[in-house]
Amino acid sequence: MKLTKKLVAVACALAITIMAFSSGHIALAESGQVIKITAKRYEYNPSIITLKKGVPVTLEFTSLDRLHGFNCPDLGIRTDILPGKVSRIQLVPKKSGTFPFQCDNFCGEGHENMTGSFIVTE
Amino acid sequence: MKNRIDRREFLKLAGIGSVVLVSGMDRIVFAVGKEIVNKDFFFIQMSDSHWGFDNPKINPDAKITLKKAVSAVNSLSTQPDFIMFTGDLTQTTDDDKERRRRLNEFRGIVSELKVKDVRFMPGEHDASLDNGAAFKELFGETHYTFNHSGVNFIVLDNVSDPAGSIGDAELKWLGTELNKLDKDARIVVFTHRPLFDLAPSWDWTTRDGAKAIELLMAYRNVTVFYGHIHQENHHMTGHIAHHSAKGLMYPLPAPLSLPKKASVPWDPAAPYRGLGFRGIRTEIAKSDYSLTEYPVTKG
Repeated sequence: MKLTKKLVAVACALAITIMAFSSGHIALAESGQVIKITAKRYEYNPSIITLKKGVPVTLEFTSLDRLHGFNCPDLGIRTDILPGKVSRIQLVPKKSGTFPFQCDNFCGEGHENMTGSFIVTE
Repeated sequence: MKNRIDRREFLKLAGIGSVVLVSGMDRIVFAVGKEIVNKDFFFIQMSDSHWGFDNPKINPDAKITLKKAVSAVNSLSTQPDFIMFTGDLTQTTDDDKERRRRLNEFRGIVSELKVKDVRFMPGEHDASLDNGAAFKELFGETHYTFNHSGVNFIVLDNVSDPAGSIGDAELKWLGTELNKLDKDARIVVFTHRPLFDLAPSWDWTTRDGAKAIELLMAYRNVTVFYGHIHQENHHMTGHIAHHSAKGLMYPLPAPLSLPKKASVPWDPAAPYRGLGFRGIRTEIAKSDYSLTEYPVTKG
């Protein structure tokens, strides 16, 4: 009896895991928006990005000149952005608000101004 | 004692008319120690001179600010044992020749300091675009140790990597250097960026700074002095104190006090406000002498 219960529990857990995994991928494939962001000295384009809480998106970064970084500590995401290579981050915003991001690979005199913000709405 | 200088005298001596460049006097009191300290002493931390910076709205005196700071230090009746520059000696430039020219000019200006024991480390403006190549040519290694009167000074480079990391190789070196020391050793660490996460969204952090702090945590008497943020800030990670210095070119706002970090514009009504350097006096507290003698009384 105990063994049966355990097996059922394991099966349920496995099923839930598979569903979660599948639904994540399906959601991204069907409704996940891809936001292309270019980086160059000393700006991101776009630099203000509006997202909806709970709606998954893929951020796709390319550099137009040199190594840059992208860091948004409030949302716990960062990546290097290298010339000739696309960097991707999948994101599901879990909270609303305004969350700044900035370049965190020193890139020159205007490095401090290479910033932007996510605006996450309910 | 001979080289002792109090805060009031320091402030008075360093004032140039209405221009006061001294930001304060920190005191390191080492709580426990087995080594014999030869003497109390003080040193000066100067930081973020950004030689080559050119924006009259932020600092119309940019071409003389560093020279004034040098004069202010030279005017002290009691000179420090040594002076430490904690990075951003120059304003960054893409031009390698111009970077060397600025570093050379900076070196010429600070050569006017009466104190000849002057030590340097780079900031990201000096080193991040060429991985410290020009700095090394003109000033030597970007990380090193030295000992002064029984205090172990460790200079860490967290800027030659444009990512603002110390890096595994240097962390390994740090571990090796620390292993040579007693757990009660008096240790002062100089860095440019803060080792801890002061404001990551303003890039006021060191990506792998936690690893350095972890290595230092095993030692009981550690103090960290850093630059980068152009203002004083005092923070504890466990028993380790971290103190930042004001800059010598322009102030920056308090961490995360504004939506976006920006240099504080020059105020003609209060020129030089927010700029300065710091003196640090080392001292063995009275109670520590008894602690030093503890093994004897215990025996």
